[in-house]
Amino acid sequence: MSSLTNGANIVLECLTREKVEIIFGYPGGVTLPFYDAIYDSPIKHVLVRHEQNAAFAAQGYARATGKVGVCCATSGPGATNLVTGLVDAMMDSIPIVALTGQVTSKLIGSDAFQEADTFGITRSATKHNFLVKTLAELPQAIHEAFHIAASGRPGPVLVDITKDVFQGQAHYTPVNAIHLPGYKVYTEGHAGQIRRAAQMIWEAKRPFVYAGGGIVAADASEELRDLVEMVDAPAVCTLMGLGALPGTHPNFVSMPGMHGSYAANMGMSETDLIIALGVRFDDRVTGRLSAFAPHAKVIHVDIDPAEIGKIRVPEIPIVGDVKRVLKKLNSALEETAGEMKGKNLTSRAAWWSQIKAWQNEHPFRAEESEDEIKPQHLMAEIDRLSGGEAIVTSDVGQHQMWCAQFIRFNHPRLWINSGGLGSMGFGLPSAIGAQFARPDKLVFSVVGDGGFQMSIPELATIANHALPVKIIVSNNGYLGMVRQWQELFYNNRLSSVQLDTFPDPEKLAGAYGFKGSTVDDPSQLRAALEAAVNEPGPYLLNVKVSQFENVYPMVPAGGAINEMVLGAPQAVEA
Amino acid sequence: MLQLISILMENKPGALMRVTGLLTARGYNIESLTVARTLDPDLSRMSIVVDIEPGEAGDKQRMQLVKQINKLINVLQASDLTEAPAVRRELTLVRVRSTMQNRTAILKEAEIFGARAVDSSVEGFVLEATGDSEKLDEFIDVMRSYGEIEVTRSGLVAVALEAKKLRLAPPVARESEMETDGVLK
Repeated sequence: MSSLTNGANIVLECLTREKVEIIFGYPGGVTLPFYDAIYDSPIKHVLVRHEQNAAFAAQGYARATGKVGVCCATSGPGATNLVTGLVDAMMDSIPIVALTGQVTSKLIGSDAFQEADTFGITRSATKHNFLVKTLAELPQAIHEAFHIAASGRPGPVLVDITKDVFQGQAHYTPVNAIHLPGYKVYTEGHAGQIRRAAQMIWEAKRPFVYAGGGIVAADASEELRDLVEMVDAPAVCTLMGLGALPGTHPNFVSMPGMHGSYAANMGMSETDLIIALGVRFDDRVTGRLSAFAPHAKVIHVDIDPAEIGKIRVPEIPIVGDVKRVLKKLNSALEETAGEMKGKNLTSRAAWWSQIKAWQNEHPFRAEESEDEIKPQHLMAEIDRLSGGEAIVTSDVGQHQMWCAQFIRFNHPRLWINSGGLGSMGFGLPSAIGAQFARPDKLVFSVVGDGGFQMSIPELATIANHALPVKIIVSNNGYLGMVRQWQELFYNNRLSSVQLDTFPDPEKLAGAYGFKGSTVDDPSQLRAALEAAVNEPGPYLLNVKVSQFENVYPMVPAGGAINEMVLGAPQAVEA
Repeated sequence: MLQLISILMENKPGALMRVTGLLTARGYNIESLTVARTLDPDLSRMSIVVDIEPGEAGDKQRMQLVKQINKLINVLQASDLTEAPAVRRELTLVRVRSTMQNRTAILKEAEIFGARAVDSSVEGFVLEATGDSEKLDEFIDVMRSYGEIEVTRSGLVAVALEAKKLRLAPPVARESEMETDGVLK
């Protein structure tokens, strides 16, 4: 048994045993004892400038590594500021643990200073949460939080700790086992279903792989690649799954959905077998459900039983860890390959030529102009500099879609974005977490001028730690995605979408002690990006892009995915 | 149609909120809810009735709801008893104001429904009846004809007739963490 110590030190002891290296946080009244303990701890604490960004930075760290990200905030406003980051992590299944301070247990319910019902508020924002009011339950709660966050379908877990628990004295007793009888995680997949799936895959004439964030979470890229190559099926990766299959892989048909590629959406519409791996049939992927993949049978592999049949009832449901299931599925396919592989060669060849035809018909067009920088041109240049190897964090909106369309990722965990929740203000703080996690990596934070202005305070954190993040603002002077919808669906009545004031980037970055500049000449773009990348420290590059460019293809909300709008409507004479 | 779900869960602060919050968040309307501890004081049994549209869409919703409840960490088992063999009972307490003239008639009527008087005063009675919900509806209707009444209903409680195997997650050893030296001496 260890010597007598306080709760704050016990928290740090638990974090150390969970191999936590870094905490993103912001101190306050009730977390004072914890911050006093951190003062002596080898665990690094990064002081962000707003608690929401602590949660986003922890996510950036988690998304870049697969490890549990940790953030910390005080009671009341500190905790409520975390909420967006928690919901965001919930939607994208990202493992983070949030530690919050709570008022002294005796004061709970008295409307004490900086008191908020964090436990109640974050109930629906987390996979699970804890309110720790006694020292006896503290170590168990922390270890359980890490276990729940990282296992099964990952997600955010919050531990709310009262000030008296931080201050109270106790002996630390190691936690030998986690016992959560109601927390059942099925990882293996049903052997019979896996055999049936293999059979169905060989029998399909037009198979189509639909891979998502689950592949990234389960670290199953290699298995995905084996599957795709063995059956030579075209494959799409969702917004959350980009990089799960290398962006340069010959079988990769880009991203499906609202702003997905023509070939991806046509393929999804015409396939006779969807092999859905770690995906949740999001509405942004399926479009109008009644028209989605009407000819297809579905094999759906997911670790969360509630995802299976939630949107589309599969012919073969497989609950399990997608890595383990794919390993078994691949061997089942291999065993039967000799007998089955030759069966549908003609129809499969025809399927591939159809896919290729769609790809050639309407590829993503990296528009370029001599007068102005097209955002697609910007992303294509970033793609060139990255060569599929850089980390790119994005914010939310048009630029996010262009990133997803034009920047290729050769590995998982390079593409970091807020997919399900679509939280503006995500791009910059998540880059902080990602750069701390991967100091060896070139990190681009590609943000819009809207989202960037939500996260400007974090320039201080970046400057503070001299993080060499390359902040690329795709600046069109508008909340572009909202403007796009107003143009297309609200008679071009542009309401509250113009961002006519933007700080001088050179002065702004200069005020924080690093370099910044603006580029608006397409012929200077490459040099400007190279200068940013070659700068040893942080760099803020404001790229003035065409103001009225819109993202295409586009499936209008409620539309069928094979009814994409492929480009801007041509002006018609009245 | 009404869907009946029986939930075995850990008797922990906030566990009830997790279930009701989930129902609200996913757009379900709770018709009734009862919860009390089981033989094992660490566990509670909850019976919930929710209103779900009939048909295929409703079936999908029902399945989804049970899966979502089963995902809650504090829930050991959630089962749909809507169509399963089960005994369903509800209790109601009805306060009836009576005149001196109709006291006997009220008690007679109560007897027909198997209800008993649990309180009697010059103003009237408090009657207790148990049964399925439809029977209680009728009982309440009849009592209303005798005068002003006040009704409290418990909501449906149910017990399945076939024991469903309870599958629990085994403890997870934390050996890898144990190898890590902490900083505390």
